[in-house]
Amino acid sequence: MNRTTRRQLLSASALVALTGTAFGRSFRNGLPWSPNEAYPPSPITPRAWQFFSPDEVAAVDAIVDRLIPSDDLGAGGREAGCTVFIDRQLAGPYGVHDGLYMDGPFPPNPLPSQGLQSPVTPRQQYRQGLAALSAYCKATYAGRVFASLSHEEQDALLTAMEKGEAKLPGYDGRSLFAAIYANTIEGYFADPVYGGNRDMVGWKLVGFPGTRYDYRDVIDKPNQPYMLPPVAMQGRPAWGQLP
Amino acid sequence: MSRRLPRKAVVIVGLGWTGSIMAYELAKTGLDVVAIERGPWRDTASDFNIGTAADELRYGIRLDLFLRTKQETITARNNMSQTALPIRRWGAFLPGNGVGGAGVHWNGQTWRFLPDDFRIRSHMIERYGEKIMPADNTIQDWPVSYDELESSYDRFEYLAGISGKAGNLRGQIQPGGNPFEGARMREFPTPPLKQGYAQDLFTKAAAEKGLHPFPRPSANISTAYTNPYGCSMAPCTYCGFCERFGCANYSKSTPQTCVLPVLMREPTFEARTECEVTKVNLSADGKRATGVTYVDRNGEEWEQPADLVLLCAYGLFNVRMMLLSGIGKPYDPNRNEGVVGRNYAYQCGGGATGYFEDAKFNPFAAAGSLGAAADDYNSDNFDHGGLGFVGGGSMTCAYTNGRPIAYHPVPPGTPNWGSKWKRAVRDTYQRVANVGVQGSVMSYRGCYLDLDPTYKDPLGRPLMRMTFDYQDNERKMSAWMSERSNEVVKAMGAKQTQMSRLNGPWSVVPYQTTHNTGGAVMGSNPKTSAVNRYLQSWDVPNVFVMGASAFPQNAGYNPTGTVGALTYWALDAIVGQYLKNPGALVQA
Repeated sequence: MNRTTRRQLLSASALVALTGTAFGRSFRNGLPWSPNEAYPPSPITPRAWQFFSPDEVAAVDAIVDRLIPSDDLGAGGREAGCTVFIDRQLAGPYGVHDGLYMDGPFPPNPLPSQGLQSPVTPRQQYRQGLAALSAYCKATYAGRVFASLSHEEQDALLTAMEKGEAKLPGYDGRSLFAAIYANTIEGYFADPVYGGNRDMVGWKLVGFPGTRYDYRDVIDKPNQPYMLPPVAMQGRPAWGQLP
Repeated sequence: MSRRLPRKAVVIVGLGWTGSIMAYELAKTGLDVVAIERGPWRDTASDFNIGTAADELRYGIRLDLFLRTKQETITARNNMSQTALPIRRWGAFLPGNGVGGAGVHWNGQTWRFLPDDFRIRSHMIERYGEKIMPADNTIQDWPVSYDELESSYDRFEYLAGISGKAGNLRGQIQPGGNPFEGARMREFPTPPLKQGYAQDLFTKAAAEKGLHPFPRPSANISTAYTNPYGCSMAPCTYCGFCERFGCANYSKSTPQTCVLPVLMREPTFEARTECEVTKVNLSADGKRATGVTYVDRNGEEWEQPADLVLLCAYGLFNVRMMLLSGIGKPYDPNRNEGVVGRNYAYQCGGGATGYFEDAKFNPFAAAGSLGAAADDYNSDNFDHGGLGFVGGGSMTCAYTNGRPIAYHPVPPGTPNWGSKWKRAVRDTYQRVANVGVQGSVMSYRGCYLDLDPTYKDPLGRPLMRMTFDYQDNERKMSAWMSERSNEVVKAMGAKQTQMSRLNGPWSVVPYQTTHNTGGAVMGSNPKTSAVNRYLQSWDVPNVFVMGASAFPQNAGYNPTGTVGALTYWALDAIVGQYLKNPGALVQA
C-alpha cells in the first residue's frame, strides 16, 4: 500500500506542510488525519535468538521457570515464552536505555530514593550478570552451571540473590535478580505479541480478558464471574490469528 | 543564530489542556495564535487506535506516551544537605508529552477544591489558633475564592462533560452527592458512572459508619455528550486502560476529544509540534516579553516574536521556563526570599487494602475515575483538634484497572515467586479491594524548585532541581487517614487488611502521583507569589502562567479540575481586561 503517513513525513521534510516558515511540523486549517494510520507494535519473530547466547538461554530458561514454575495451574515462565520476551526486549530499544537521561556524573553512592543511577544498560546487565552467575555456580557447585542445579539448589541461590546474600564475582546479584524478576513478570503478563504470555497463559491464570475493551456488561452484573476467554492484540488462537 | 519569524499576537508554550483552551478562545476573537509543542501531534484514530491502545507493556510499563527523560528530566533530593541526582527513569510521577499533554494520559478524576481550601491558612488559624500550623510552613491563602471560581469550574466541567452527582445545588444539599462540596449552580453535565461491586460494598459500609459516600466525578463519561464547543464524546466502556493510555473510545475528556476538533478549524491558529521552546525572550529592561526562542526537530533555532506569551506546559516545566528566562526572582530558601520555585508541593497517599474471602470484583472492568468516595476527612470537614496535623484527603474505593503486569496482588506473607506465589496470584486477583486516600500536601520553606548546578539537558540548559520530602504533618495525616480507611475496608467485609504507610524518605522510584504543584504560585503579594490572581507574572505582565504551578499548596484532591477552572478564570481576565488595556491587572 502506498500511502504517506504522518510519521513518514517526520523522517522526510515538513516543508510541504510549512509554507516556508519553520521546520518542525506545522498544523492548521483542520485536523491532520489520514485513513488507516496507526502504529502497531511489530510482532516478534519466533526464530533465532537475537541477544542471548545458548548458555544464557539455558540459564534464563531455568530462572524464569523457578520464578514462575510450570504446575497444575498452567505453563511456567519458560513455556510461556518469558525467555523469548526478554531476549527481544533486550535486542530492542529497552536494552540500550533508549530515551533515558544518561549524562553523568554518576556518583558512586546514590540514595536508594534517587532510583536508577547507573549507566549500565539492561543488555550489559544481563551479559555481565549472567556471566557472573555462571562463574559463581561453577565455583560453588563443582563446575555445574545454574541450569544443571537441582530445583532446590536453584531456589536457594535465587533466594540468596534476591536478599543480596549471594556474592557473585564482580556483579551485584540482587540487581540481576531484580531485573530478571521484573522482566519475567512483564513477559508472563504482557500481550503475546511481544513473545511471552503464550496462549495468554498469564491472563488465563488471573482471569484478565486482555484487549476486549468493553465491560459495560460486567459493570451491570456485580460479583459475577467473567466467562469469556481473553483476546490479545492479534486475536485468539481459536480465530487462527496468532503466529 | 536564530532566525526571526513573523510576529504573532499570542504564542502558547505547550498544547495540552490549558494551551488548547486558551488557543481556541483567543483564536476565536480573531487573534493570530501559535502553539509551540515539543512533543508530537497525537490523535485518537492514529495514536490511541483501538487495535493498539490496550497494550500494557508499551504504554503502562515502557511509558510510550510520556516525555523521554533524555529530552528533559528533573534532579531530585530530599533536603538541602543532599546532592540532587537526575531522575533517569520516571517513577514517582510521569510528565506527559505531545499534543494533549497530561490531558491524554490522565485518569480523569475531576474535582473542585473545597471553599475552605482557598483560605486554608486563615481558616485553620481562626478555628484552631496559630499553634496548629506545622513547622516551617509557607501555607498561604489563595488570592481567589471558591465563589469567584465557581463559574470557571462549571465551564471546565461542561467542556469536559464530567460525570457526577451534585451534592450541593445553590446551597441545597442533594442526596447521593458530596454534601461537603461548595455550592454549584447546576448539576453535572452527565450522570455518574456505574459503580462496581467493591464500590457498592464501600458505599454501604461508609454510610453505616456515618460517612457520606458518593460517586466521584469522572472525565471518563457515562453517556454520549456534546460540549458547548460542539465536540462530541462517546460513553465509557469501562475498558480499564485510562491512566498512561490514550482512550480509543472518545470517552475520556482530553484536548483531543473536547477542544482540538474546533480549535484546528480556527483560521488564525497554528500548531507547531516537535519544537522545543528554550526561553521566553525579554526586553532589555526585563519588563516585557518579546516572544520566545525555540529549537525545531532539526536543531534549527527560531525566534517567534509575540505580544502575549502564555506558559501552558506542565506546571514543573513552566517553573523551569521562568527560571531559565529570568522571569521573576528565583526562590532562595536560606533567606526565604524570591518567588519562582517557592511552595512546591505534591500529593500524599494513604489507605488500606482488603483481602476478601469470596468475591468477584472484576478489577479489569474499570475506568480511571470509577470509584465511590467520601469527603468526611478532607480539608477541614472534620475536627482537627488534637490530631496534630493540617489537611486531609478524599477517601475512595476505586478500580482504575486490572492490568496484570502491574496489578497481581497477593496477601501479605506470600512468597515473591514460585508455585505458592503463582497460586496466590490466581486466587487473589478477584478478591482485593482498596480504599485509597488522595491527601493534601502543605507547602514548606525547604520544599522548593531551583536550577540544578550540575546536570544539563541536551541543549545545555540546566535541569530543574526538586528538593522535597514528606514532612511530619503529612506523615501524621496519612497515617491517620490510613486508619480511617482500614476501618471502612474492614466494614466492607475484608478478611485481612493492610494499611499503607509513608515510610522512609520520599522516593523517585515507585509511582505515587503526577500531581506536582506550586513553584509559580498565585497570590496577592508579589513577595510571596510569582503570579497575581489572574495568573499574570508580577514582573513581566505580558506573560501568563497556567497550570498547577499556581497552587500555593495542594489540596486533598486531584488537581485538573482546578487547573481547568483557573484557565477559564485567567482567560476572562485576558479577554475582558488585558487585551483592552495591556499591562498589569493587579498593581503590586
